[in-house]
Amino acid sequence: MGKRVLLIEDEPNIIEAISFILSRDGWTVHTHEDGETAMDKIAKMPPDMIILDVMLPGRSGFDILRDLRNHTASKDIPVMMLTARGQEKDRELALRLGANHFMTKPFSNSDVRDHVRSLMEA
Amino acid sequence: MPHRRLTGSRIREKRLDQGLRQAAVAQAVGISPSYLNLIEHNRRRIGGKLLSDLARVLGVDTTLLTEGADSDLLDQMRAAAAIAGDMAEVARAEELAARYPGWSRLIAAQARRLAALEDRVQALNDRMAHDPQLSAALHEVISAVTAIRSSSSILVGPEELDDDWQRRFHENIHNDSVRLAASSEALIAYLETPDAEEDAGFTAYERVEKHLEQSGFHLPDLEVSESDVPAYVAASGLSGAAAQLLERFAIRYAADAHAMPLTEFELVCRATGYDPARLADRFGAPLDAVLRRISGLPRGQGHPPSGLVICDSSGASLFTKPVPGFALPRTGGACPLWPVFGALSRPNQPLRVEVVLPSVPSPRFLCYAIAVPVASPRFDAPPVLHSTMLVLPDPPQGEASPVEVGVSCRICPRATCQSRREPAIAGVTLQSAL
Repeated sequence: MGKRVLLIEDEPNIIEAISFILSRDGWTVHTHEDGETAMDKIAKMPPDMIILDVMLPGRSGFDILRDLRNHTASKDIPVMMLTARGQEKDRELALRLGANHFMTKPFSNSDVRDHVRSLMEA
Repeated sequence: MPHRRLTGSRIREKRLDQGLRQAAVAQAVGISPSYLNLIEHNRRRIGGKLLSDLARVLGVDTTLLTEGADSDLLDQMRAAAAIAGDMAEVARAEELAARYPGWSRLIAAQARRLAALEDRVQALNDRMAHDPQLSAALHEVISAVTAIRSSSSILVGPEELDDDWQRRFHENIHNDSVRLAASSEALIAYLETPDAEEDAGFTAYERVEKHLEQSGFHLPDLEVSESDVPAYVAASGLSGAAAQLLERFAIRYAADAHAMPLTEFELVCRATGYDPARLADRFGAPLDAVLRRISGLPRGQGHPPSGLVICDSSGASLFTKPVPGFALPRTGGACPLWPVFGALSRPNQPLRVEVVLPSVPSPRFLCYAIAVPVASPRFDAPPVLHSTMLVLPDPPQGEASPVEVGVSCRICPRATCQSRREPAIAGVTLQSAL
């Protein structure tokens, strides 16, 4: 069984596409659509890596990232942020909060695949 | 006649501007220096050939010496010059206005339009950066595009897909394309709305004031006991933010009219010499309402001209009814010495202050101002104050010296003013203003 990637994203068709390409690349992909309960999901099933959308129902990806980095159990999990807002201040905020990579939508599948490989192998 | 009386002052100003000695100018026009001195101090009338000769020696039009230039226009031209830094010869603004009044009005109008357009750009910038509706609409578009891009890449990629996966991704692309079409249409409709609504070049406040100006800020439709505010606003032709602002103004106007019926209010105004305190006593009305009511008296009925300014605690103008010679800037940067701002530091304390501007012919105004809370008091927040100031031009000479005020620091020649925020632009001196 491949390493576990948790995709926290609320767009069903983006979830399906990313899940498909990462599964084909050998990763075990779990998904979660709600920001408010994302930390519970992570606590129950700590992943090897998280792909985290910024704009989520209930709670923003930035808030979740801040919590992740404040908890011993999750502070070292690689996180790749996804956002539709490509503004520099969002990128700076994500990296300041401890994101390992920041990717703006629309992205290419190969970029997603390459960065997941890179972060998993780091 | 004030213009004639001030001709001598203008002759003196122009002579000093050019560094000419009184004796030299007097000799050039064939009069004695002492006679020229009397003329310059407005103690001898002047006209005809002597005036023409003096204008020729001073290199100006006779109209510049006799009429000067419209002080409002001069203020606007100096404000326009302030926008451009030190580019313009501000000291010669009056000369330009007298020689080329049309071009001068064009400069002033373009500066106003520039300021209005800058306000609009700022408003649109704010909208782009902070509008949650726009942000959500863009997010919807980008999400749909992202899903389509990912799904279609999978379909055209090198990997073999079974029929089920192919069908699912085709369906996803179809669904996302429908969603993209709808969200794009919604986004375009949203972005087009302001262009349809806005009167390009004017802020919502300015559009309301332009509308009110047509009726001299007096609204007969709202003077009747059962006035119909929604109908009045609908008939104005304004829309969007301007319509909302007009509605707010109209509701308050109708309430003031109800509390102080016009016929009786006009009678008491005349009987009391337009004294706001006595009018407030007589009608049992708040002073700020009385100030608004005086400024809304109908034209052509023998009432004195009046201006009105209402601002919030930041000093931002919420309403301006202009009056000749009085031109506070709408968007910040105004002279802080005007009583409308002073009243903000003393809520509920009425102020009666005579002020004088530093321009020809040193116009004086009698100002009544009061700042009052406009929302319920709260323990955890400062009061929401609106300050209202009535401006009456050319009051009878009072016993106390008038307070020296300006329009804004950049075009104000009062070099030693303690309230100065920034230096005046080059060329603005007391000599040039007076």
